[in-house]
Amino acid sequence: MDTEEYRDHPVRSYVLTSGRAHPSRNTLRPETLVRAVESRPVLSTAGRMERELVQLCRGTLALAEVAAYLQLPVSLVAVMVSDLVDSGNLTIRSNHQAHVLPGKDILEKILDGLRKL
Amino acid sequence: MDSASSDRTASGQHLAPTVARSVKVLVVGAFGVGKTTLIGSVSEIEPLRTEERITTASVGIDPGQPNKDTTTVAMDFGRITVTEDIALYMFGTPGQRRFWDLWAGLADGAVGALVMIDTRHLEDSFEVLDQLELRTKIPFAVVVNQFPDSPAYPLERVRAALDLLPETPIVECDARDRQSAVLTLITLVEHAMTFPVFQKVNA
Repeated sequence: MDTEEYRDHPVRSYVLTSGRAHPSRNTLRPETLVRAVESRPVLSTAGRMERELVQLCRGTLALAEVAAYLQLPVSLVAVMVSDLVDSGNLTIRSNHQAHVLPGKDILEKILDGLRKL
Repeated sequence: MDSASSDRTASGQHLAPTVARSVKVLVVGAFGVGKTTLIGSVSEIEPLRTEERITTASVGIDPGQPNKDTTTVAMDFGRITVTEDIALYMFGTPGQRRFWDLWAGLADGAVGALVMIDTRHLEDSFEVLDQLELRTKIPFAVVVNQFPDSPAYPLERVRAALDLLPETPIVECDARDRQSAVLTLITLVEHAMTFPVFQKVNA
């Protein structure tokens, strides 16, 4: 599995983000849940990759899942997601405050869930 | 309308609409130790992979022709919807901290880490454990993955060889077995609950 060849992308990564390496918000993590805002049409200026991203997010997915399906690095998808949140096309579903650790109540719920698996 | 994305996500890959929160654990360890196997045993989706490219500029022999090496580091991950509103993500990454740093915020907010060990290559684990103990505060549990030809060491001998703290859990596991993999997660979450940082209630 580790020897699988890297699938290069025809478009240079930074072209997709207009040369930016960092997202406009720093609360995005690989596990952050995002979802498209259905009522909001994607701007006509949006690129093909952004449209595809919004399309993918018709249901809730974590940022890392979006990156895996689009075959793009997580760091790049974070920039794109951040822009699409700014434009109102995506909403962040999870973790109101990304830096806050889950509390004991959450861990208890997780344990209960795991024990039922 | 481009339908490529719907082809890539087979139906049912989205989380249930009730899921409003995600938590994560890291699965760290050397190459070939069974991280992806363990993730695949418990994940409700086929493990996914994302890659980051690192460019390392080497010392230029000819300044006019900068010699750059590009390598990729892969992260395999899976997820479990543990309750109707919480999804647990498991991110598998090579153990060294410099790899976690590739994925912004990978260690931030993590419930903890499963450190996978192969007793045939115990020395591969030392750097990972040093990083976790010295550089982070995240709870971790050591998982001894049983390979068919692993020597049968008692866990206490492995614990001593790795110089683990007495409170650090160490468990044996068959990464291919779902229940065995689930038990490692239960061990980790139980351990995390003893950490003061997780004592707060913030529902």
